[in-house]
Formats: sequence, C-alpha cells, structure tokens
Amino acid sequence: MPALPLDEAGKYVAGAYVVFLALILIYVAIIGAKIARISREIEELTAIADSRDEAERERQPA
Amino acid sequence: MYSRGLKPLSIATVVAVLAAFALVFFYAPVDGDQGFIQKIFYVHVPMAIVALGGFVAGGVMAIKHLRSRDPSWDMRSYVAIHLSIILGAGVLITGAIWAKASWGHWWVWDEPVLVSFLVVFLLYCVYYPLRFSIEDPERQARASSVFAIAAGAFVPINFMAVRLAETFTHPRVLSQTGGNLPGEMRLTFLVSIVAMTLLFVTLWKLELTSKHAAMNLKRLRARLATVTAS
Repeated sequence: MPALPLDEAGKYVAGAYVVFLALILIYVAIIGAKIARISREIEELTAIADSRDEAERERQPA
Repeated sequence: MYSRGLKPLSIATVVAVLAAFALVFFYAPVDGDQGFIQKIFYVHVPMAIVALGGFVAGGVMAIKHLRSRDPSWDMRSYVAIHLSIILGAGVLITGAIWAKASWGHWWVWDEPVLVSFLVVFLLYCVYYPLRFSIEDPERQARASSVFAIAAGAFVPINFMAVRLAETFTHPRVLSQTGGNLPGEMRLTFLVSIVAMTLLFVTLWKLELTSKHAAMNLKRLRARLATVTAS
C-alpha cells in the first residue's frame, strides 16, 4: 500500500500514542490510589494499636 | 523496602520518555516507504521488546523463588508478568492501529510476528486464573512459579521460531549487523527502548511498594485482632 498522507496518518499515530499514554496513566492512577488508601489505613491502625499498647502497659503493675 | 530509589527512578523515567517523544517527532526522519505512520514503530516495538523481556524476567524471578522459597521473589515475578501483560495489551492495540494504517486491516493472520505475539499474550492470560484458583498461598506461589518458568522459556523459543520463518513482513531491527535502520532512526529507537525499560522498572517497583504496603496492613490488622481478642 502507498504511504498515507500526513493528515490521515496523523490520526493513526496519535491514536497509538494516546493508547500508550492512557494505559500508563490509568495504571499509575490505580496504583497511586491504592498506595494512598493503604498508607492512610496503616496510619490509622498504627495509631489505634499504639494507643492500645500504651493502655495495656498502664494497666500492668510496675 | 521497594520504594527505595523510586523517586530518582521516576524522574529519570519521565525525562527518558519525554526525550524519546522529542526524538520521535522532531529528530527522526519520516520513513520514505511508510511515511509518517512509521512513527508508531517507536512505541510499538520497544513496548513489545520490554513486554517479552518482562515475561522472561518473571521466569527468572520464579526460578529464584523455587530455589530460595522466599515469597518475595514470587511477588516480584507476579508483578513483572502482570505489567508485561498490560504492555502486551498495548502492543496488540498499537499493532492493530499500525496494521490498519499500513495494510488496510486491523489484523493479519498470516503475519508470523503478530500471531506469535498473540499466542504468547494468550498463554500469559492463563496465569491469572491459574494463580487465583489456588487458595493456599504456598501452593499458589509454587504453581505460579512453575508456570512462569515454563512460559518464560517459551518466549525466546517463540522469538527464534519467528526469526527462522521464511515469510518476513516485519522489518528486522535488532540483528548482528545492526538492522536496517538509518542512524537517526536507530538512535531514536534505542532511546525509546531505554525509556520503555525505565518505565517498566519504575512501574514494577511502584506496584511492589503497593503490594508490600498491603501486606503490612494485613499484618497490622492481625495484630489488632489479637489484642482485641485478648
């Protein structure tokens, strides 16, 4: 097949690069959201665990 | 643990990807035969090479897992294969776009490179049901590693088989003679491969960081449950 004119080829090239960028951005967004949620939960749980440990130590006789 | 060095690696990846894009659109000449459509080559082929490399790397990590029984190697292998499947999907989509623009069809069944890549992709799609159908974590990791090694060994065999095929529609870009790319195109292609490899490693480390954090969360929940029960 002869080479496509620039205006027509441009659509295909743009399509291919958009697919690549979309894949990467969606992936990064999903992983980023997961890490943010996990970090938040770890902080909350660590605070609860630490306060419980402290309460436990205070209950024990010296 | 896995997040060490992630920041400079991410910066290097962004710089490399931007440099590759700049070279593709402002430095590499327009191909005399295919015209502007050949620019797809610089995203499609590096993505395919890195995806296949990721499958092989997943197999090597699986060997390390079976030898050491260290579950972290299974996790590394899983993430490498998972990422390679995502890149593989990108290869198939960008390949279909290129095929439509070059040959007038979204898919050509008598093209050995396309079909062999599809075979490898479908083979690895089996990895997920295999892995997640086993509940026991140790058995799951062992079975996944065996699959990753067997499938990882298939990738170079498949690559060589395609190279030996007589009908050759795809241009040969990596060969002992340096392929048939002119200097500017070869430089652009090599920078694109480096950028894609950096991207793969960055995303691999990012997902491992996420998995490691999730495991820490699980341990913390277990610790809290023990405290509550007592």
